[in-house]
Amino acid sequence: MALKIVKGSIDRMFDKNLQDLVRGIRNHKEDEAKYISTCIDEIKQELKQDNIAVKANAVCKLTYLQMLGYDVSWAAFNIVEVMSSSKFTYKRIGYLAASQCFHESTDVIMLTTNQIRKDLSSPNQYDTGVALTGLSCFVTPDLARDLANDIMTLMSHTKPYIRKKAVLIMYKVFLKYPESLRPAFPRLKEKLEDPDPGVQSAAVNVICELARRNPKNYLSLAPLFFKLMTSSTNNWVLIKIIKLFGALTPLEPRLCHSTSQMSFLFFLSPWLSPSSLSTSNSTSAMSLLYECVNTVILCVQKLRILIEDSDQNLKYLGLLAMSKILKTHPKSVQSHKDLILQCLDDKDESIRLRALDLLYGMVSKKNLMEIVKKLMLHVDKAEGTTYRDELLTKIIDICSQSNYQYITNFEWYISILVELTRLEGTRHGHLIASQMLDVAIRVKAIREFAVAQMATLLDNAHLLTGNTQRNGICEVLYAAAWICGEFSEHLENPMQTLEAMLRPKVATLPGHIQAVYVQNAAKLFATVLRSQEGNTDRTAAQETSQLMIDRLPLFVQSANLEVQERASCILQLVKYIQKLQQKDVEVAEEVNALFAGELNPVAPKAQKKVPVPEGLDLDAWINEPPSESESEDEKPRTMFTREETKHSRPRHTEVDEKELAKRREVRKQEQASNPFYIKSSPSSQKVYQEAPGVDHIPVVQIDLSVPLKVPGLPMSDQYVKLEEERRQKDRADKKKKEKKKRKEKGGRRGKRDSGPESEEDITPAHMVDIVTEEIPLADSEKLPVRSHRSSEALKTMAEEVEVVAPQEAKKKGGKEKKEKKKDKEKDRKVSNGLVNSPSVCYSLRLSHIHQTISDAPTCSLASPPPFRQVCDIQGNLQDGSQVVVSLIFENKCDSFLKAMEFNVLDSLNSRLQRPDGAGPHDGLTVPFQLPPGVSNEARFVFTVKSIVMPQKLKGTLAFIVKNEDSSTHEKLDFKLHFTCTSYLITTPCYSDAFAKLLESGDLKASSVKLEGVVMPFPHLLARICFHHHFSVVERIDSCASMYSRSIQGHHVCLLVKTVSITVSIDAKCDEPSLLSNVLDEIKLTFSQC
Amino acid sequence: MRFMLLFSRQGKLRLQKWYVPLGDQEKRRLGRELVQTILGRKAKMCSFLEWRDLKVVYKRYASLYFCCAIEEQDNELITLEVIHRYVELLDKYFGSVCELDIIFNFEKAYFILDEFLLGGEAQETSKKSVLKAIEQADQLQEVRAVYLPRPLIPLISQAF
Repeated sequence: MALKIVKGSIDRMFDKNLQDLVRGIRNHKEDEAKYISTCIDEIKQELKQDNIAVKANAVCKLTYLQMLGYDVSWAAFNIVEVMSSSKFTYKRIGYLAASQCFHESTDVIMLTTNQIRKDLSSPNQYDTGVALTGLSCFVTPDLARDLANDIMTLMSHTKPYIRKKAVLIMYKVFLKYPESLRPAFPRLKEKLEDPDPGVQSAAVNVICELARRNPKNYLSLAPLFFKLMTSSTNNWVLIKIIKLFGALTPLEPRLCHSTSQMSFLFFLSPWLSPSSLSTSNSTSAMSLLYECVNTVILCVQKLRILIEDSDQNLKYLGLLAMSKILKTHPKSVQSHKDLILQCLDDKDESIRLRALDLLYGMVSKKNLMEIVKKLMLHVDKAEGTTYRDELLTKIIDICSQSNYQYITNFEWYISILVELTRLEGTRHGHLIASQMLDVAIRVKAIREFAVAQMATLLDNAHLLTGNTQRNGICEVLYAAAWICGEFSEHLENPMQTLEAMLRPKVATLPGHIQAVYVQNAAKLFATVLRSQEGNTDRTAAQETSQLMIDRLPLFVQSANLEVQERASCILQLVKYIQKLQQKDVEVAEEVNALFAGELNPVAPKAQKKVPVPEGLDLDAWINEPPSESESEDEKPRTMFTREETKHSRPRHTEVDEKELAKRREVRKQEQASNPFYIKSSPSSQKVYQEAPGVDHIPVVQIDLSVPLKVPGLPMSDQYVKLEEERRQKDRADKKKKEKKKRKEKGGRRGKRDSGPESEEDITPAHMVDIVTEEIPLADSEKLPVRSHRSSEALKTMAEEVEVVAPQEAKKKGGKEKKEKKKDKEKDRKVSNGLVNSPSVCYSLRLSHIHQTISDAPTCSLASPPPFRQVCDIQGNLQDGSQVVVSLIFENKCDSFLKAMEFNVLDSLNSRLQRPDGAGPHDGLTVPFQLPPGVSNEARFVFTVKSIVMPQKLKGTLAFIVKNEDSSTHEKLDFKLHFTCTSYLITTPCYSDAFAKLLESGDLKASSVKLEGVVMPFPHLLARICFHHHFSVVERIDSCASMYSRSIQGHHVCLLVKTVSITVSIDAKCDEPSLLSNVLDEIKLTFSQC
Repeated sequence: MRFMLLFSRQGKLRLQKWYVPLGDQEKRRLGRELVQTILGRKAKMCSFLEWRDLKVVYKRYASLYFCCAIEEQDNELITLEVIHRYVELLDKYFGSVCELDIIFNFEKAYFILDEFLLGGEAQETSKKSVLKAIEQADQLQEVRAVYLPRPLIPLISQAF
């Protein structure tokens, strides 16, 4: 043995420590992987030794390797070993390794529970600290559940160092195990007023994070936070509080004022909290609204200072905040257009992109041209394709937003699009193309202009395709070809365009573009034929056909199927036409007929506007529904003996063949006569036409021969100038306009609403509401602190008392209520009824059994009742025979209470667990004293033999009431009611496991029917879950299966169904009497509501 | 805060702290992606970027990048302050901290971080108390030979 130790320590001398490892890795840069694999082999050897120092060293090295990306999950068990070392040196390393390497699916985590618990209660605060830190990284739902109580105790540790950590880690625990929030909350709230600022700030942190996820529940804490805010000088805490208020303001307008004041204060400090800015809206009272608006204006001005700052970070944040305000207060941001345009020149790309985002929201009819002009300048200057592409998409986004709402002159827009095609190497050719198509199709009046521009584009196609780098842009040729073909009647010189489209160079374009070229060449051919046949000279027409016949074979050979197919088809057609032409037959009309008819846009949602024809029931089954719905009904039937299928299946109307045919006919007619179905889209044209005075603008003739390089100004600038002129002119005859405008406005609005793309087509995009998945509480687990301090809530609380402990409440009757009233008054007195004894109210709602025993008959104190005592009985999962009763004592009198002794008369079935050596009738000392108005919680453990029956235990609480002058012994009698429900533990269950359980046939069935339950089904389920510790396995419509487990492992399964106000609960359990008692308790719960 | 990464200009990870439990592969993937994104940014760009559904705040000190991923509603500036505070703590502890200090004493760097942040929230805003806690914990630890390299470029002297 001794030899082994000596050997071990000698070995150690030769071990690599972490530093050696790091150095080694740095020295083996070329063959790092090989070096590390030998290191890992060494580590594996080291881990096999008994010496904990060697193991810790190995684990430390592994942690480093893990960071470098090597898999060390195989050493998880060794990490646990090192964690459980009694020496802090090694424990520290062990926990560090665990926090770096463990995650939820690490299976050894289960083994750590007891070790962590031991460390948490270690007398050495650093042991505890290390355990808490580690836990914060790898806490799992199981760990959270098992350790929640230990951590809660640590929240009241004597050392602030531990308190602080315990408070912070509670947040992680809440996330993993939401049930812990209820019991822990009172203590957490207490910590807001902890004497240690670190603990205080930790509590603020946790509550703010909680509130962010579910603000409603924390509204009542507002006064407390307000106090903290005015007293605290710690910026870290202040930021959190402002965030909290930001989350609360939408719920409580009164807070708005203080928030705005706060924001103001905040702006004076170097800190900035953007989120508090965005929340100062949505309030009803006008005066407050005004106050908020003032704040916003103030904010925007302050933001200006930020944006003007030379610090990049502040600039960025300023813009970010500005974009948040823009959503709600666009006007106040718009006045800072100059500043934002300046930001486009910033050298930081992320700032430029932010500014672009802002511009998108800032444009109006007035400033669109100006902004786009600026952006176009930036496009020219921009270096780097990504940013330029971003600019391009932004320009298009800005112009096309809300259905081209801000564009007053579409010729200008087409010119902009054409200018954009000059961009080198952009990826967004298709975007420009789709815009061209969209505008040309939807804005009828622009077609002539558009066609002329597109023809020039086609003519100069070599400029676009010449460079392979510019391939992205050739997509626009797709649009150009289609527009020229489709609207060829507007072409000035169709023959020239036709030639341009049949150039051999076209064959180098992507297939889908060639296909469009071929098809539209055919359209153009038809147009050309028509114009040429009118002439006396027939040869021209024949030459055109010859041109087609000469050029098309190139496309017939194309590898692209589409091109090939179209080309060969058209080639044959032209050959046939040529034959006819040679016989002097007039063919132009017939050829044109091939492409007759106008294509018009249909709004994507037009179908929706088609009314459903009378007599057509879309919900009716066409055929008898398949029987699978029946089998679904059958499934529960086999599980539960009694099953009444009362809910009637929707009736299916039989529809015969004739009827169907008739309906089809009717629908066809309906469609034909429906104005929305195929007719032109009125809104799109209107957008153009309604632009005041566009028709009167003298459009400058553009020199089409050199259109792509206009000397001097780019083309679109002419429109900007024109626009300015027009506006000046407008201003001149303002009076005239005024009248017109009013008329137009009215008309415009009416028209727009009737258009197929009304507001509803656009708005939803802005309404996306993001719900984070990490809500600590599910809906059914609403935190009971929710608004309970308002008087209304107190009332419900009083009711709640009756619901949960009906016998007690009834017995005490009027007295109970009186007492409640007193409480209410008391609550009101203390700071607007907003900060008082939350713990009591809190647990009142939760407790499964509780009683207020202040007015118990034996209490000899005349006035005010000294005590309120609330208890919560909960099974202990670890031990099937243990039940933990947490009691909250609250001192309601003005005297000091001490030497409290808790005693219960044991029954055969249940016994209070007393410390070793105590007699069976000795009381337990409550480990604290209660100054006036203070509450505290004590826990008592009971051993229960049988859990199948509810029972009541009588008990007494003896205590000493101490006044300044005297002290008296007092005694209170009370009853503890152990319901069967309190032996149930909420246990999740999967539906397949559930089904298996039911099929096993080991369970006895029973059922109960509740009449007159008027509450929505989800509430009903929530109530059962909440009061009786069930979890929902599956829910289908108004039918749900639920599951729970007793502490002794009995399965309890429910099938809850509701038909109007009748609820039937079929239940199965392996213990019939437990089941019937639970059902009785459920019945009781609902009979009270 | 979701996680914190320290990495060198060459993209080598020097320290990583995850406040959300993720699998190793996922961590590696996210880390790699983020490191590349940040290294790809130009020197004069601001310290914030939007990345996936998170906001990333980073700052370069000499050869080392400090980078935190925070949630949508979190405050960027305070995060920047957290980073700076951490660098200051390291600086005080090691005395003119440089990248090598963190490489060779990476567990110490973790311990300091753990005293400063817990579960992604700042637990102690006072530098003094953090250092005091670390000192006392260190005293509990068996004395170990600590390799202290000569400072190359002190981080704090070169903040970008």
